[in-house]
Amino acid sequence: MVIVVAYSSDPSGKAALSFAIAEAKFRSAKVVVVNASRGDALVDPRFATTAGIREVDAELAAVEHEITQPIGLDVADLVLQEVERTGAELLVVGLRHRTPVGKLIMGSVSQRLLLDCPVPVFAVRPARD
Amino acid sequence: MDALNGLMDGFATALTPMNLLYACIGVILGTAVGVLPGIGPAMTVALLLPITYNVEPASAFIMFAGIYYGGMYGGSTTSILLNTPGESSSVITALEGNKMAKAGRAAQALATAAIGSFVAGSIGTALLVAFAPSIANLAVKLGAPSYFAIMLLALVAVTAVLGASKLRGFIALFLGLAIGLVGIDGLTGQNRLTLGMPLLSDGIDIVVIAVAIFAIGEALWVAAHLRRRPAEVIPVGRPWMGKEDWKRSWMPWLRGTAYGFPFGALPAGGAELPTFLSYVTERKLAKKPEEFGHGAIEGVAGPEAANNASAAGTLVPMLSLGLPTNATAAVMLAAMTGYGIQPGPALFEEHGDLVWALIASLFIGNALLLVLNLPLAPLWAKLLRTPRPYLYAGILFFASLGAYAVNLQWFDLALLLFFGLLGLLMRRFGLPTLPLIIGVILGPRLEIQLRQALQLGEGKWSTLFSEPVAVIVYVVIVLLFAAPLSSRLIRRTPKEA
Repeated sequence: MVIVVAYSSDPSGKAALSFAIAEAKFRSAKVVVVNASRGDALVDPRFATTAGIREVDAELAAVEHEITQPIGLDVADLVLQEVERTGAELLVVGLRHRTPVGKLIMGSVSQRLLLDCPVPVFAVRPARD
Repeated sequence: MDALNGLMDGFATALTPMNLLYACIGVILGTAVGVLPGIGPAMTVALLLPITYNVEPASAFIMFAGIYYGGMYGGSTTSILLNTPGESSSVITALEGNKMAKAGRAAQALATAAIGSFVAGSIGTALLVAFAPSIANLAVKLGAPSYFAIMLLALVAVTAVLGASKLRGFIALFLGLAIGLVGIDGLTGQNRLTLGMPLLSDGIDIVVIAVAIFAIGEALWVAAHLRRRPAEVIPVGRPWMGKEDWKRSWMPWLRGTAYGFPFGALPAGGAELPTFLSYVTERKLAKKPEEFGHGAIEGVAGPEAANNASAAGTLVPMLSLGLPTNATAAVMLAAMTGYGIQPGPALFEEHGDLVWALIASLFIGNALLLVLNLPLAPLWAKLLRTPRPYLYAGILFFASLGAYAVNLQWFDLALLLFFGLLGLLMRRFGLPTLPLIIGVILGPRLEIQLRQALQLGEGKWSTLFSEPVAVIVYVVIVLLFAAPLSSRLIRRTPKEA
C-alpha cells in the first residue's frame, strides 16, 4: 500500500512526514512525498531546497519511498492527482495555525484536501513548544 | 565656485520636508524594484510619468533619482542571495556574491555591496558636480552640426556597442526612430506615418511608448512564463563586515569607481562593461586569487562600486548634453520634456535650480539607501515571495491608468496594447529595448538639429562637416564600426597564412 504525504518545508510538514514514516513502518507501506508549489513567486519558502530534499530523503531511508516536487495551478489539485496516480490508501497533511487576516485572503490547502480527498486523510499538528 | 553655490541651493531645495519625503519614497521604491528581477528602475519611472502632471518638477526628479540609485542597490541583493541578477548591471556581482552567500558569508557580501555602492555613488556624484557644468559650458558653444554628430554617436554607440547582436540592436533602433517620426512634421506641416488616422497626427506620446515597452511588454512576457520552479534563496541576517573584510574591500571600491564613472559618462558606457573589467582586475590583483570562483569579497566589492559609479556617470551626458545612455535616463529625459523643459546643454543655465536639486538629492538618496539597506536586507529578501500574478496585475493597472491619463482617450489604450505586444515580441526575439526607447526620444531631436544645420548651411550637406568637433565625432563613429571589423580581419589573417 501507499501513503501520500503533502509536505512543505516548515514544522507542520515535518510533523506530517514523521507521522507518515511511523505509520509506513507499522503498515509496511511505501511513502510518497509530494512537495508542490504554484511556482508563481520567485521564492517559495515552503518549497524544499535541494538540501531540504536530501534531508527528507535521509529521514525516509528506512522505508520504501518516492519524492516529487510538482508545479501547477493549485497545490491541493497536485496532491490529489498524486493520490490518484499512486492509488494511495492514506493521505497525511500537516496543519498550520493561520492568522485571521491570512484566513481572509488565502485559501487553505489542508481544508481542500480534507474535503476533497477520496481516501482517508490524517491531519497532524506540529508539537507545541 | 558657481557649481558649489548651485549645489548648496540644490541642497536647500532637496532638504525641504516634502522633497525629503519624495526622496524616501523614491529610494524605497527603487530598492524594491531593483530586488525584483524583471522589474527595473526604467519601468518604474515610466509607470510614474503621469505624476509629472501635478507634482513639482524638482520633487518628481528627486523621486526619480532615488528610484535610479535604489535600483542599483536592490539588484545586488537578488544577485547575492538568489544568484538571479535583479538588473543587468549586477550580473557580475552574482558570480562571487552568490558563492560567498553559499559559503555562509551572505552578510559580508551584502555589506560590501551596500557600502561599496555608497562610496562609489558619493564619489561618482561628486565627479558629476565637477564635470557636468563645464561640459555643458563647452557644449553650449557647439553648433547644430556638432550636436547632430554627437547625437548620432550616442545612437550608434548605444546600439552597436551594448548588447550581443548589432543586427538586433539596429532593428530596435530603427523601430524606435520610425515611431519617433509619427505625427505632423513641424517644418512642413505634412502628416507622416499617421496611416490616415487624425488621432496620430499629434505624434505618439512618449509616456505611452515607454509604459508599453517596459511595463506591458514585460508583464505579457512574464505571463507567458508564469510558472517556474521556485529559486533557492539563501537566508541572511543583518549585513556586517569584519576588519579583514574592510581591508580587502576598500581598494576594490575605489578601483571599481575609477572604472565605472568614465564608462557611464561615455555615450555607450553602460554598467556591464566596467563591472566586468573591475571583476577581471580584482582577480588579477587579488592576494588570494585561488579564492575567486569560491566567493572572494573583492569580486563583489569592485563590480558593485563600478555599477554605482557608472550610474552617476550616466547622468553627465544626460544633464550636460541631454543625451540618455541607459533606459532609466531616457525615461527621465522624457519626463523633462513632459514639463516643457528642453534637455540639452542649456539645462544648467535655464533650469539650474532643478538640476542642482536633482544632484543634491543624489547625495541624500545615496545616504538614505545605505541606512535603509544595511538593516533591512532580510526584509527586502522577503519581497521575492510575492506571487507574480499580484505584482503584474498591479503593474498592468498602473500602466493602463498612466496611458489613459495622458489624453483621456481610449485611443491611447489601444496604442498601449499595440506597443505592449511589440514589447513582448521584442523580448521573444531577443531585440534589446534600449535602442528603441533612445531612438524614440532622440530621433525627433536629431531631426531638428539636422534640419537646423541644413537650413543654416543653405541646404548643402557639406555643412554637416563644417565644425571640427563634428568631424572628430564622425571619425569616432567610423572607428566604432571599424574596430570590430579590423580585429576580425587581423584574427583571420594568421589562419590563412
